[in-house]
Amino acid sequence: MFSVKDIRKDFPVLNRKVNGKPLIYFDNAATSQTPQQVIDVIVDYYSNYNANIHRGVHSLSQEATDAYEQARVKIQKHFNAAKPYEIILTSGTTHSINLVASGFSALLKKDDEVIVSALEHHSNIVPWQMLCERTGAVLKVIPMNDDGELIMSEYEKLLSVNTKLVFVNHISNALGTINPIEDITEKAHMVGAAVLIDGAQACPHIKPDVQALNVDFYVCSAHKICGPTGVGMLYGKEEWLNKLPPYQGGGEMIAEVSFEKTTYADLPHKFEAGTPNICGGIAFGAAIDYMNSIGLETIAAYEKELLVYATNKLLEIDGLKIYGNSENKTSVISFNVGNIHPYDLGTLLDKMAIAVRTGHHCAQPIMDYYKIPGTVRASFMFYNTKEEIDTFITSLKKAVMMLS
Amino acid sequence: MSIEEIQNEIIDEFSMFDDWEDRYQYMIDLGKTLPLIEEKYKTEDHIIKGCQSKVWVHANMDADKVNFTADSDAIITKGIIAILIRVFSNQHPKDIIDADTNFIDEIGLKEHLSPTRANGLVSMIKQLKMYAIAYQTQLN
Repeated sequence: MFSVKDIRKDFPVLNRKVNGKPLIYFDNAATSQTPQQVIDVIVDYYSNYNANIHRGVHSLSQEATDAYEQARVKIQKHFNAAKPYEIILTSGTTHSINLVASGFSALLKKDDEVIVSALEHHSNIVPWQMLCERTGAVLKVIPMNDDGELIMSEYEKLLSVNTKLVFVNHISNALGTINPIEDITEKAHMVGAAVLIDGAQACPHIKPDVQALNVDFYVCSAHKICGPTGVGMLYGKEEWLNKLPPYQGGGEMIAEVSFEKTTYADLPHKFEAGTPNICGGIAFGAAIDYMNSIGLETIAAYEKELLVYATNKLLEIDGLKIYGNSENKTSVISFNVGNIHPYDLGTLLDKMAIAVRTGHHCAQPIMDYYKIPGTVRASFMFYNTKEEIDTFITSLKKAVMMLS
Repeated sequence: MSIEEIQNEIIDEFSMFDDWEDRYQYMIDLGKTLPLIEEKYKTEDHIIKGCQSKVWVHANMDADKVNFTADSDAIITKGIIAILIRVFSNQHPKDIIDADTNFIDEIGLKEHLSPTRANGLVSMIKQLKMYAIAYQTQLN
C-alpha cells in the first residue's frame, strides 16, 4: 500500500528547513532527492570495500567488481536489455549522447541527415550540431504544435533514405510531454535510420522496455531516479555498439596493447575507458532497486494525481498560463503568470522555502517558440504531497501580489 | 553624498524591516525609482551577461562624474540595479572603482552575492566598475 507519509521518511533532506520554513522541493525534473537506502549503499562502499575493479586479485577488488557488475545486471533487467554488456555505464545522459555522437562521426558522410525534435534539451541538440559540422551531415528538426506535441505528419515528411539518425527525448524536460517513441522508431527503421532516445525525464516516471520500444540507443542519468549525480547509462543494441568506434582511449577499454597496434576490449569495456564511477554505478543499482520497491506504476499513478491536483489549482490563478498541455504528460508544470518574469516568481518562492526551476530549462528553442524568456517549472516526485501543493499555491499567490 | 554615506543611508532604510517580505517589497518599490535607460540603448551591447533576466545599463560622464541609467525585464532585478545605481551614480570614477560593496550583505541581500546566482548581482557590480575604469582612463 503506497503511503507518502512513510515514503517521506526515506528522504532525510525532506526534513530540512530553508529560510526558517520546511523545504518544499519541486525541482525534481532537475534532480531527484536521495533516499537513505541509496545513501547507505554509498557509505557502505567507501566504508567497507572501496577498491579498483576488473583487475585486482585481492578480495576488496573482487567484491567491488561483483557489486559493480551486479548493478549493471540490475540496470539491464530494469530496462529489459537483451544482454548486460549492452549497458554502458557513463557519467550521465550528456556523456552517453556524446559517446554516440562521437561514434557516428565515423559513420556519417556529407548530405546524410540527422533528425532531432523541437522539444530537445540543449544536451540533445549541441552534440548533433557538432557532429553535422564535422561530417557535413544536415540537421533537421521535427516541429511541435502549441500544446508542445511533436507534429508526426511533419516528421514523416523529413524521413528519407538520407536519414541516418533520429534523436528524440522520451519526455520533454521543459514541458513534460511524453513522445510517441514506438511510432517514431518504427518509421525511422523503415528508412534504415538508427534511433536514440533520451530517457532522462522518462525514467523517474515510467519503466522503459528497450526491446519492446525497439530503440537502438537509450540513455539516462541516475540522479533523476533517486541515485547519485555523475553516473548514468547508455543502452545500445549489440550490433550498434559493435559498429561504433571507442569513444575514449585509456585503461579498461583495451585487450592488448603494443606500440604497433592496440586491440579493443569487448563490450561493455570498449566504451568504459579508465576507472569508472564505481560507487556511483553500485548506487545507481540501489536506486533502481528503491524505485522498483515502490513500483513505477504506483509512482506514475500517484504523480498523475499530484499533476491533476496542481494543474487545477494553478489554473484558478488569474493570468496563469501553462505551457505544454499534452494529454500525455508527466508531473511537470511549466507556467507564467501574466507578464511577471519567471525569475521574480522563483526568487520570492525561494524565500518561502519552495524550490522551483526558473529560466529556459536548457530548451531555448521551445521558449523561442512561445516567445517567452522562460517559465517557472514545478515538477513533482512521488514523495511530494497535496499539502505541499496547497502551500505552494498560497505562496505563489502571495508572490504574484507582491509583484503586481 | 559620498558612496559610503549613500550606502549607510540604504542600510538605515533596510534596517527598518524585520522580515524578508518587507525588504523585498521595498526593493521592488526602489525599482520604480530607477533612472530608466533610453530605449535606443536597449541593445545587445548594453546587456549585462550572466543574468537570468535581462539588464541593460548605460553610462555617461558629466564634469568628472559618472551617471548611470538602466532597466530590466524582471522587477526584483530592477530593484537591485536601482540600489547599485543610487550608490554609484553622480560619483567620480576613481571612487566607484575603489568602492566596497559589503553593504549588500548588511541589507539582507547576501544570497544575491553568490557568483552563480542567476540574477548576476556580481556581474552588475563588475559592469558598473568597468564603465568607471573606462572613464578613469579618459581622465588620466
